[in-house]
Amino acid sequence: MPDLNKIRESYNAARELCKKRVVVCAGTGCIANGSLQVFESLKNAVALRGLEITVSLKSDDTSAHKAHDVYMIGSGCQGFCQVGPLVTIEPAGILYGHVKPEDIEEIVEKSIINDDLIERLLYHDPVSGKAYKGNAEIPFYTRQSRTGLKECGHVDPENISEYIAHGGYFSAEAAYTRYSSQDLCKLYKESGLRGRGGGGFSTGLKWEFALKEDNEKKYVVCNGDEGDPGAFMDRSILEGNPHSVIEGMMIAARAIGADEGYVYVRMEYPLACTRIRKAIQVAEDCGILGDDIFGSGKKFRINVMEGAGAFVCGEETALLSSIEGKRGMPNPKPPFPAQKGLFGKPTVINNVETLALVPVVMQQGVDKFRSLGTPKSPGTKTFALTGHVANTGLIEVPFGTTIREIVFEIGGGVLDKDGKINNDAFKAVQIGGPSGGCLTREHLDIPLDFDSLGAIGAMVGSGGMVVMNDSTCMVETARYFMTFTQHESCGKCVPCREGTRQMLEMLEDVVNGDGTEETLELLQEAGEAVKITSLCGLGKSAPNPVLSTLRYFRDEYEAHVKAKYCPTRACKALTPISIDPQTCRGCTLCKRVCPVGAISGEVKQAHVIDPLVCIKCGACVSTCKFKAIS
Amino acid sequence: MSATYAAAHSFNKVMEILDRFERSETKIIPILQAVQEEYRYLPQEVMTFIATSLGVSPARLYGVATFYSHFSLEPKGKHIIKMCDGTACHVRGSSAVIDAIRKRLNLTAKKITTDDMMYTFETVSCLGACGLAPVLVVDDAIHGQVTPEQALDAIEKIEAEERENA
Repeated sequence: MPDLNKIRESYNAARELCKKRVVVCAGTGCIANGSLQVFESLKNAVALRGLEITVSLKSDDTSAHKAHDVYMIGSGCQGFCQVGPLVTIEPAGILYGHVKPEDIEEIVEKSIINDDLIERLLYHDPVSGKAYKGNAEIPFYTRQSRTGLKECGHVDPENISEYIAHGGYFSAEAAYTRYSSQDLCKLYKESGLRGRGGGGFSTGLKWEFALKEDNEKKYVVCNGDEGDPGAFMDRSILEGNPHSVIEGMMIAARAIGADEGYVYVRMEYPLACTRIRKAIQVAEDCGILGDDIFGSGKKFRINVMEGAGAFVCGEETALLSSIEGKRGMPNPKPPFPAQKGLFGKPTVINNVETLALVPVVMQQGVDKFRSLGTPKSPGTKTFALTGHVANTGLIEVPFGTTIREIVFEIGGGVLDKDGKINNDAFKAVQIGGPSGGCLTREHLDIPLDFDSLGAIGAMVGSGGMVVMNDSTCMVETARYFMTFTQHESCGKCVPCREGTRQMLEMLEDVVNGDGTEETLELLQEAGEAVKITSLCGLGKSAPNPVLSTLRYFRDEYEAHVKAKYCPTRACKALTPISIDPQTCRGCTLCKRVCPVGAISGEVKQAHVIDPLVCIKCGACVSTCKFKAIS
Repeated sequence: MSATYAAAHSFNKVMEILDRFERSETKIIPILQAVQEEYRYLPQEVMTFIATSLGVSPARLYGVATFYSHFSLEPKGKHIIKMCDGTACHVRGSSAVIDAIRKRLNLTAKKITTDDMMYTFETVSCLGACGLAPVLVVDDAIHGQVTPEQALDAIEKIEAEERENA
């Protein structure tokens, strides 16, 4: 049986003998930017100088710990992917961004051997140009409340001792040795923890339903099929702190009396699959997972299943079908998985972020956990902030934070079409991916939580948050989401299969200039029907992006169907005909052939076309002798 | 072509894979994943062979193989290029890159593999690297914040390597 206290003390003793700790981010984003090469060069450069270096601090080594000059780890995603590869040097707390192998010599010389800063590698505020030393000062981090993500990017995901040293697995130990199943369900109900995967259902209540079922075999399933385009917090947690997910699953298993678990990860996340597999193996080797957990006589083992590319498998009943080796189609509820789930047995399905928060709730206690967030949505939520915003990345904020704070403060402002920060260019935030809705300027100050968003036709969903500037066409965006959901519709129920197709065709008509006012009416009607009558969450939420854009950007739809004009010029078929003022000689020929009088201009001066009047008959284009009109 | 290909492998690999997953019907998805890893697609003969070995109908197996987008019943090209068209990539201009690549390789949304079997170009919904949008994956190497020009350069690089090795 593992002695957690001993592992912690031993690890901390070893850690104290290390003078410097260097963390290189090894999340998917930073690896894409070359962080693995940075890691290797740094390791070699340190070793070349004859410094003692270690890349894996073992705690089980009870013999005298060796002193190291540098302790280097590759961490999981730190959330600030845009400035990657990231290198952190502790204890000074220096954060360097955009590090390249050629910077390594200087880093070793100045910041590892000495404590000097290298100005050019520091993070600079894009507006003021001010340089920040590290996480403790950069506004992107200081305005967040990292709870579930706290250890991501700080711990070595492949070193269980470090996780334990940071208090990991102590909650699982308590759950198996000091709590009854009933106590656990009660504790989590009181904490108010709600599912972070989209539904927002009470975690404790879900467990209680499964606990009440009398069955020898029960399952805990971790839903890591994070399919919403634009959301990547689950990937980040699985890559950066896989042990927190395992610990969350252990506590869930203890709460419902399950002895087997599955982690379902999408195959687009190869690194997350590798890390969680490794972490499970290590936890088994240490005796944390196994047949006699913490001497309680209870057993729990976890399997990993890789998805095969079907968005609908994020729906819990579809996910279970997929684990059973079937087509991943959803089933009607009831029976709920808590009654009849995987292989017909009672099953609890929690999302990755929820499970990662489970040990945190126990560590902090209910009161502290509830101290952040709103009364009905306690705690924090991770959002993936992307799109036209200065700082893209993963952010964790308390529920109740406003979009204004997220986009303009943490996000550093909106980027206009030229890539410059200009908050006037803000147009909308699409929240909750293809299942969510658009929020506009008027919603900037609404405190975000499960209930407030539901009330305005959006949803927290998985937490994808895509900022859009005024060069984005909302009709085109709605069409984009509908293409996605239509493609991913599994085809089982008619409303979703046929309804999403009809809606997509109508949207295509609108962006191609073939829509009429009647199309908009039909679109609205079809959307509402699909929403009410579909079998699973995919169909029920698929119309959201359309309905919310119809509600908040009606004028834009109307411009497409009435004036046949796309105000942002994003829809190619509706891009207005224009006259190049450089080439136009002012011969007035076009003005005379225009059947609707859309062209104005004086002789020998450049002419202009009024796009709202123009019917795109093309008469002027063929008349112009100077090819000035296109 | 696939008949000779599979025969050359004389199903040994498939047998190994089936054994590894205990010939269990519930492991159909991991079995097909492992087979596709081996052959780069799911050859028809292999599919029939697996169905017989598992004691399920070929239709059951095809049902699974056609449901999930990861499985391919067609051989794929030597180099696989994937462009992310997730939301973040879409609003940051992935469409222009997709158009440029399709034009360069003479492919469409329906025809995804070049006639010389050199390239397969697919769009994927989200790779979870949204901070780097738009994202292009060329033979498993991720390129962030790509422009159409950079994407074409990446193809030129492969072309140059192929010429060198020819």
